[in-house]
Amino acid sequence: MEQKRKERLDRGIKVRTDTIYALMSAREMAYLVVPRLVLICGFLLLPLVMPSMYWQRVISIVCIYCLLAISFDFLAHYVGLVSLGGAFFIGVGGYMAAILNTHFGLSPLFTIPLATILGAAICTFLLLPCLPLRGVYFAIVTLMYPLALARIIEALDIFGGTDGIMGVASFPNRWIEQYFMVAIVLAFLFGMRRLVNEDLGLVFQAVKDNDQAVRASGMNITFFKAIAVFIASAMGCLGGASLVHIYMWAGISQFALDFSILPIAATVIGGAGTLVGPVLGCVILVPVSELLRAFGTLRIVFYSLILVGFIVLRSEGLMVYGQRKYHQFERWVKV
Amino acid sequence: MTQEPILDVQEVTKAFGGVLALNRVSFKVFPGEILGVIGPNGSGKTTLVNCITGFIRMTSGRVIFKGKDISKKPAHKIADLGLTRTFQIMRPYYSLPAYKNLVIPLFSPRAKRTGGWRGGGRLGDRDTVSIDILEEIGFERDSFVPYKMASTLPTGYLKRLELARCLALKPEMIICDEVFSGLSMSEIASMVPIIERLQMDGITLIMIEHRLRELFRVANRIIVLNFGEKIMEGTPDQVMTDEKVKEAYFGSEEVEEVMSHA
Repeated sequence: MEQKRKERLDRGIKVRTDTIYALMSAREMAYLVVPRLVLICGFLLLPLVMPSMYWQRVISIVCIYCLLAISFDFLAHYVGLVSLGGAFFIGVGGYMAAILNTHFGLSPLFTIPLATILGAAICTFLLLPCLPLRGVYFAIVTLMYPLALARIIEALDIFGGTDGIMGVASFPNRWIEQYFMVAIVLAFLFGMRRLVNEDLGLVFQAVKDNDQAVRASGMNITFFKAIAVFIASAMGCLGGASLVHIYMWAGISQFALDFSILPIAATVIGGAGTLVGPVLGCVILVPVSELLRAFGTLRIVFYSLILVGFIVLRSEGLMVYGQRKYHQFERWVKV
Repeated sequence: MTQEPILDVQEVTKAFGGVLALNRVSFKVFPGEILGVIGPNGSGKTTLVNCITGFIRMTSGRVIFKGKDISKKPAHKIADLGLTRTFQIMRPYYSLPAYKNLVIPLFSPRAKRTGGWRGGGRLGDRDTVSIDILEEIGFERDSFVPYKMASTLPTGYLKRLELARCLALKPEMIICDEVFSGLSMSEIASMVPIIERLQMDGITLIMIEHRLRELFRVANRIIVLNFGEKIMEGTPDQVMTDEKVKEAYFGSEEVEEVMSHA
């Protein structure tokens, strides 16, 4: 029998648009610009096309999960630290913003940036002890912190205990809230994609590839891991601070493991290591999760089915698949 | 020699549990020379490198580099002082192209300090500098090789990449852990001049080798390890004719081959 194999080749236009020749014609430029424009315009239009207040609120939540998913993807696939710390970052950022707002009377304009920076500093400091270690320790510790912090707040009855901190100021109006969130996600998405290709981003990748060689190059790997964790936790804390101002409440449910697990699921669906894939995954998964709310606890089952389906049928993720189809053509050739 | 040694290894001992991998090894390295370290398999050569460069902590003993005690310093601090090493099992960044591999050492504090704008500070571009370094070490500038993924490069190029990573730091001393091993004869033939040029540039080298013939061509002095102990130190000629060394290598074809050629 005649044997054939599939051959993949870059499209001509892909090769042409790799360099300055992208400016050759409108078609080449469109090849580069249109996908990005679709993403940006899609995000900007989302709040406008949502039918109800409820679904507009979902947009804000989607954006918060997007931040967590970018942060997970960055840490896992560009620094080599598998983080289960979404809940940790959200909780620290959230409580920080709530305290700054209710105790010190700062407006969201100040609490959000302050909670982002201070929260990220706290998260980085608390995670510092496990940074010199390789292996699963980072994942374990990031998973442990949100559980521990929630129990500590509960047991010591600090920060409002089980009731949480109420009466947190909200955004001036829902349009500002939604466009603020959308703008942040787009800024971090494009910002992070640029960062990972900068020289600093290459050092992060090198730490993932071969940390001993980085040490042999005279660089302190713990320091660079700490920078990466700071960047990633800043994204999470920013999400947490926004969440608190959206719900006008901070409570121990912000340490819920949903914030750790859903970004990972979104990364699996969207395509690991693409940064934009996890965002796409969140845009799909979070609304699905809202739709399944009618089924109560049964939604976990549907959720798991979707995940298993993706892992079995498209384990590379939507974005990796999409990018391949966009940039390459396939043909069958005789072996 | 009246000259001050650049590296002074004093009674270095390393015990893995009850096994003495290194037993009170002492030697001195003087600026500008090439010191060869030889010994049969398992004699503690790589452990010695790991101890000196801080990748494992020595049990006892001291290492003085340029008058500073470095025996308690972490690996990155030692590399920062200008004492760099290559790895016997190559450690490139497989997911990056060859020239991007060098951006990482060029980003280090030492390269920023020593390289000036050539190190790729504000004015220099690290990509260009790394292509320059790769050309120096034998990657053809106008070929595709520097742009290929490190995972697709053959051993010969990976060994060069290891050396290039050290060179990017503008080191004062390089410890080469078996740069000749796993190379074909023609690859070694093209590697020897590179080693010789490094010495001419004033870089002090320690070379751990199994390829004795090539080592004896370039090395000024040789020390021989066996079962973690230094059994001999001298010029290549002295080492080749020494009875203890022959005994340590007894049965090793290569030595007999080298001895017969000598």
